[in-house]
Amino acid sequence: MNRLDLTRIPLMRAFLLNRWPQFLLRAITLAGFVFTIVAGLFGSVVGGHNFAIIFVWIAWWTALKLFFIPFGGRSWCAICPIPMPGEWLQHGGILQPRRKGSAPGRRWPKALRGNWLQAGGFLLVGLFGALTLTTASVTALVLLGIFVLAFVLSLVFERRSFCNYLCPIGGFTGLYAQAGPVEVRVKDARVCAAHAEKTCYDACPWGLYPLALKSSANCGLCMECLRVCPVDNIAVNLRPWGSDLGPQTRHRLDEAFLGLVMLASVLVDAAVFLGPWGQLKSAAYATGSLSWFVFSGGFLVTALGILPGLYTIAAWVSMRLGAAKVTLRQSLAQYSQVLVPLGLMAWIAFTVAFAFAKFSYVLPVISDPLGWGWNLIGIAGTAWVGQSTPASLLIQVVLLAGGLFWASRVARRVSGSAKGALPLVAFSSIFSLGMLWLLVG
Amino acid sequence: MIVESLPPHNATRMSWKRLRWIVLFAASVLLILFAPLPLPGTTPVERHIRIEASRFQFNPAEIQVNPGDRVTVELVATDVVHGFSLDGYNFELKADPGQTATGTFVAKKAGVFRFRCAVACGNLHPFMIGKLQVGPNFLLGRGIALGLLAVIGALWFLRGPSSVLSGITP
Repeated sequence: MNRLDLTRIPLMRAFLLNRWPQFLLRAITLAGFVFTIVAGLFGSVVGGHNFAIIFVWIAWWTALKLFFIPFGGRSWCAICPIPMPGEWLQHGGILQPRRKGSAPGRRWPKALRGNWLQAGGFLLVGLFGALTLTTASVTALVLLGIFVLAFVLSLVFERRSFCNYLCPIGGFTGLYAQAGPVEVRVKDARVCAAHAEKTCYDACPWGLYPLALKSSANCGLCMECLRVCPVDNIAVNLRPWGSDLGPQTRHRLDEAFLGLVMLASVLVDAAVFLGPWGQLKSAAYATGSLSWFVFSGGFLVTALGILPGLYTIAAWVSMRLGAAKVTLRQSLAQYSQVLVPLGLMAWIAFTVAFAFAKFSYVLPVISDPLGWGWNLIGIAGTAWVGQSTPASLLIQVVLLAGGLFWASRVARRVSGSAKGALPLVAFSSIFSLGMLWLLVG
Repeated sequence: MIVESLPPHNATRMSWKRLRWIVLFAASVLLILFAPLPLPGTTPVERHIRIEASRFQFNPAEIQVNPGDRVTVELVATDVVHGFSLDGYNFELKADPGQTATGTFVAKKAGVFRFRCAVACGNLHPFMIGKLQVGPNFLLGRGIALGLLAVIGALWFLRGPSSVLSGITP
């Protein structure tokens, strides 16, 4: 098998088994999170001079797309501060594993399971994106709201219900973690089948049973299963990118919806934040105005009408051309995998265009995080007007082409024939062409 | 995997065949990205462009000139202080409210370049962007060609009942 089990490396194994390194990282992210809220609420109203704006929307959002997801799948979820207080309360301690019967909580309503609400949350982020991305107090209030919501839900519902079903970032990372190079799996299925206690399931904050894991979409890489397994039967594998994608895994309609919302979001964000259309930017920013409603309508038509419509046509034609007897629903669900590499690479390309030109803001804001005129490390006021370089433009082109190549491969593998894959390849090409035009057109 | 189930000499032949395709594919990618393309022969002219800058847009926001043109930009700030910084060119202007700033540069580099407001002018300032196109947009054309190659390559490598790349990725 083309996997490298990281737990076979003694130092890595010790790092993963010990709860302290993860706790320390989470403590740092929690401190950063609280400081971000404070900076957003009490710092400068000028976004470029406020830690909340620069660190959330340039540093962290960039790191998530360029580092955490492509190289670690859902690794951010392992150190995310948002569910920490609720989880500590559920577990009855900071370094405690979850135990069977501890803080049972209610099960999340069946009708609300899946990625539907996460996709809805991401749509909301997009609708208010121009305001949130540029107004520090709004960013702070959004973060505070998410923090409180996650805590309250952890008191009512079991395990990480918020992360599993509501968190928009959880939806984003979960979707694209399927393409990531890290997975938690059992070493020997027979060992798990013979083990009656299921300590791993009891300890998992995500409610997963490692033996049943086929996809990394919902695994937050918290390593609790590894720590509590009494027979050392959990592996943390490095694997080829995109290992979850193909005919071997089963998918749901809500995953397709989430994937399409992500595609629409990156298109709209590219148009609003990178395009030359000032009126579009102003409309996206003027929340509640007539122009904002027109912008919102256009966004929603793209996310809920045009892209799903084109995707449905592609899946339907593919279903008709393919040899296998499947329903349209099955076809829509199964081809959702095509949207994963397509969207991931488009988001990375967008990030290269967006963040590289804005990265000059990051270091100066450390020197003056609240925009109060401090100069803690002597580099405040050194931000310059960023620019796209020929290299960054070329990288964007290569990334988009790479996404199209990868998506076409997945379409081909899922459909089983080139003929069956063609409609999905055509859909992917149209999307990629749109992104290409927005980024370098 | 198909490759592993073949006799050794067949597997080696398969590997060479695969490698040949990969090299050809990589060479095509490099050719598309870096092959020099001739610029259309146009006589350079003097261009005077008046750009009105207001929160958070330039008007006009999309400008097209020919390579070699001598471009004079007249920047007018209609509300607050605005700047004009052109990617790829060392060219920057700053205009006070109601005032005009003027500068000239020669459009030596071909391609599409963003210009940005260079003075903080409000919340959307980092996204106040315009576009200058000098000659044809070759990068867009290269991107389209690369996309076509990507599609052909993806389907070609996975052609038939077994995949050419089946030994590399699952």
